[in-house]
Amino acid sequence: MFSGRALHLDGPLLIALLFLSAFGLIVIFSASGEDWEVMVRQGIRLGISLVAMVILAQVSPETLRRLSPHLFLIGLAALLGVLFIGVVAKGAQRWLDLGLVRFQPSELMKLAVPMAVAWLLTRGRLPPGFMMILAALMITLIPAGLVVVQPDLGTGIMLIISGMIVVFLAGIRWHHIMMLLAALAALAPFLWSRLDGYQQQRVLTLFDPFADPLGSGYQTIQAQIAIGSAGTWGKGWLEGSQSHLEFIPERSTDFIFAVFAEEFGLMGVLMLVILYLFIVGRCLVMAYNTRETYSRLLMGALALTFFFYLFVNLGMVSGILPIVGVPLPLVSYGGTSMLTLMAGFGMIMGMHARRRLMT
Amino acid sequence: MAANDLPTGRTLVADTVRRRLRIAAALALALTLALVWRFYVLQVSQYERYQTLSLDNHIRIQALPPVRGLVLDRNGVVLAQNTAVHILQVVPEKVDDLDTMLQEVDALVGLTPGEASAFRKRLKKHPAFEKILLKAKLDDVQTATFAVNEFRFPGVTLEAVLHRDYPEGILTAHVLGYVGRISERDQARLDASSYQGVHSTGKIGIEKQYEGALLGRSGFEQVEIDAHGRTLRTISRNSAVPGHSLSLTLDIDLQRVAREALGNRRGAVVAMDPASGEVLTMVSSPSFDPNLFVDGIDQNSYDALRALDDRPLFNRALYGRYAPGSTIKPVIARAVIDAGINPQERVYCPGWFTLPDSSRRYRCWRKTGHGFMNLHGAIEESCDVYFYEMGSRLGIDVMAKVLSGFGLGRITGVDLPQEPAGLVPTPEWKRASRNESWYPGEDLITVIGQGFLMVTPMQLARMTATLANRGIPVRPRILLSEEDSLSGEKISPPQAQASGQEADRVVDTELDQIIRAMAAVMHSPRGTGRASGRRSPYPIAGKTGTAQVIAIGQDEGYDESVLPEKFHDHALFIAFAPVEKPQIAIAVVVENGGSGAKVAAPIARKVMDRFFLKRLQRAALAEKSDVFG
Repeated sequence: MFSGRALHLDGPLLIALLFLSAFGLIVIFSASGEDWEVMVRQGIRLGISLVAMVILAQVSPETLRRLSPHLFLIGLAALLGVLFIGVVAKGAQRWLDLGLVRFQPSELMKLAVPMAVAWLLTRGRLPPGFMMILAALMITLIPAGLVVVQPDLGTGIMLIISGMIVVFLAGIRWHHIMMLLAALAALAPFLWSRLDGYQQQRVLTLFDPFADPLGSGYQTIQAQIAIGSAGTWGKGWLEGSQSHLEFIPERSTDFIFAVFAEEFGLMGVLMLVILYLFIVGRCLVMAYNTRETYSRLLMGALALTFFFYLFVNLGMVSGILPIVGVPLPLVSYGGTSMLTLMAGFGMIMGMHARRRLMT
Repeated sequence: MAANDLPTGRTLVADTVRRRLRIAAALALALTLALVWRFYVLQVSQYERYQTLSLDNHIRIQALPPVRGLVLDRNGVVLAQNTAVHILQVVPEKVDDLDTMLQEVDALVGLTPGEASAFRKRLKKHPAFEKILLKAKLDDVQTATFAVNEFRFPGVTLEAVLHRDYPEGILTAHVLGYVGRISERDQARLDASSYQGVHSTGKIGIEKQYEGALLGRSGFEQVEIDAHGRTLRTISRNSAVPGHSLSLTLDIDLQRVAREALGNRRGAVVAMDPASGEVLTMVSSPSFDPNLFVDGIDQNSYDALRALDDRPLFNRALYGRYAPGSTIKPVIARAVIDAGINPQERVYCPGWFTLPDSSRRYRCWRKTGHGFMNLHGAIEESCDVYFYEMGSRLGIDVMAKVLSGFGLGRITGVDLPQEPAGLVPTPEWKRASRNESWYPGEDLITVIGQGFLMVTPMQLARMTATLANRGIPVRPRILLSEEDSLSGEKISPPQAQASGQEADRVVDTELDQIIRAMAAVMHSPRGTGRASGRRSPYPIAGKTGTAQVIAIGQDEGYDESVLPEKFHDHALFIAFAPVEKPQIAIAVVVENGGSGAKVAAPIARKVMDRFFLKRLQRAALAEKSDVFG
């Protein structure tokens, strides 16, 4: 594939990503109330993210592996830093002010957690034994817990999912999976009591959004009206009446898919889902064809985590999952998430390009 | 491919991971199918349901603001209520041509330049699909005119809204406060979910203090609106819960009497029931019309109010800090007795006092002197020299202790926001705040209620109530009771249950002789307050006070006729009545009033007269109904 090979890029994946992000810009333009400035800003972020992707693609899998524990520790220190000296924005403390830029350590952790778990598990024999699983749990749950108290429940959950995917791919035995699930079930009442009132409300809302139509149920109801009223073919780009009358809160960020679904209908939804599936599928195939275990675990985990972003976001927008605040990957407005995702795809491409190198 | 590899450990591992990748891929596919099914249900199976919800008839969920609770005085007179007014609102994106619309509305009901420019300002700040205010408070004719022509103005709606109204206006402005539009600063402090559909909040006074009780809870309704934004019908409705109505301890009649007695002077009157701490009167003069603030006062009027030298917005009764002058002498007298000084001991007053080793003369208010004075006479005739002598013997620490014991220098705990503590000076305080040591002369200045000592009229009234209670302090309060507007159920405030009094204090019998002296102030031929005590049907215990505003030099006299008014002395007066079993305790401060006896005491007398007259009338009425009932 043209100069892509020299840059360790993957043609089909790159094209799909560009296609998806370009489409995201079109939806942002509509969701922002036809605001050119918002679209241009997001375009700039996209450019920066693509540069990050190309750079990460040049890093060898061995270097990534060696860096994994260090990156994790840096991320952990930064998370603790946020807890004590972080900047509060929109009621949550998620940022470290580094003078020039604001840095969100939880975003770094989205890469560092699966890297660290993959690094840990490949140090021992696979499939992982019980102690190894416990260790993997620790390095997943500690950063996730720090993120949840920020509070950012969505990102915390996604960190746990990404860590657990690595453990799953590493071949954790089924009876261990059962034990983990049983432990989770036993802890569920305690975890529930630890959630904030509004977070509990969001879960309850799932079962009956009309119980509190002005409060927690509002987003769910309005998003469903927007999506449902679109029908098979949608209302057309920039024609979404619900979106444009501002019935949908957070319509440029977490709820952007409702805007998309209103304007492009079920056909648009299918098309977009297929595009996402292509990206995930392509990454899984690349993981499948990579021989080195660390790379394979990490690639598979990044690809599947990307999928779960999609699943959780679409689930909450369409009202089958609680609203936990997970953006639609590569489409929602906002820079850091896109940067992390593109960096992840860069790592996948780089590992795939060097798949034949055995260490 | 793995199939070509030898079955080494590494390939076994590889096989495991690959198997897991396949399982994960299958799982992802299954989850995706679930999502697609969900979107199919929403967009195809239930399409028609959601389309009706969305397309021609927009369903809007709108908040129903709660009706704010009423505020009544202790006899049920309405102090704050809600009246319906009509307003014009505009959804700009539904208006074809804004300029033409504005011209036509102007021709129809008239728009002031201020309304038009405020509208254009809001237009820039809000998105085009949001309702913005065009004209507040249409009168009946304007309302009717517009209602007939409403069809000509798509996007412009005539709405009836409830509007806070203070019928007693200036009589209650300071204590009741007012509501106003929620500002950005309010937004940061208030919980948005409790204020859905609510545009105003209590800014000061009782309206702020009891915001939580008065507010109520928003309801909501689902309504269908047509393409012009007009409501077609209500689909479902969850009514708002009105706020609680509050009864205050204030008596609006006494409030009026106090205000009229103050006239156009600057000052404050606070009266309370000494037993319960119920504040009967709380007046600050001059006052202002709180109704101006409800819709957001325009900048010019506000600046004008603030610029006035008289500071009408300032609540002197609670926030005003004054030197108490001689009104604290009864309290100092308590320390004199406590120090073991014989109350019968006489001090000679030649008209001035000097400290040993000093030639500086501290003057008595009576230049010719009082002659020999004991404690009783010194209170009765307010002899400064007697108290100079006592002050120099007691020292500041003893005086500060007794003044604090009567509640000076600390908040009274009245249920109003941001009460100041006033100041009882001590050498430690002076060292900390000014880095200076305490001079003996300052003992003398403090003992006659001058110098650093600062009290609020509310504190003065509480001090008086404590004297009336024979030493038992009381916490003043303004909320009498709270009532659920729907069920009529009384919710008594927590402090009412504690009856305001601090239970562990015991009656201080040593105060009796001081109170006898205070009665002599009002009723003896030499008492400083005798003019106001004359022919009173009920016995009064009182104390006059006159506080200097500026320092008068050693050789100068104080001559009111040549000094500008703002340098005239503050006039003060405290009193309670009847002397035995007191029912009212009162404090009056008149800024630059000159003499406490001549200016402040008559005001207190008028309020007390009215108070006891009402008691008599009520008792007579009760007797009659006993006879006929």
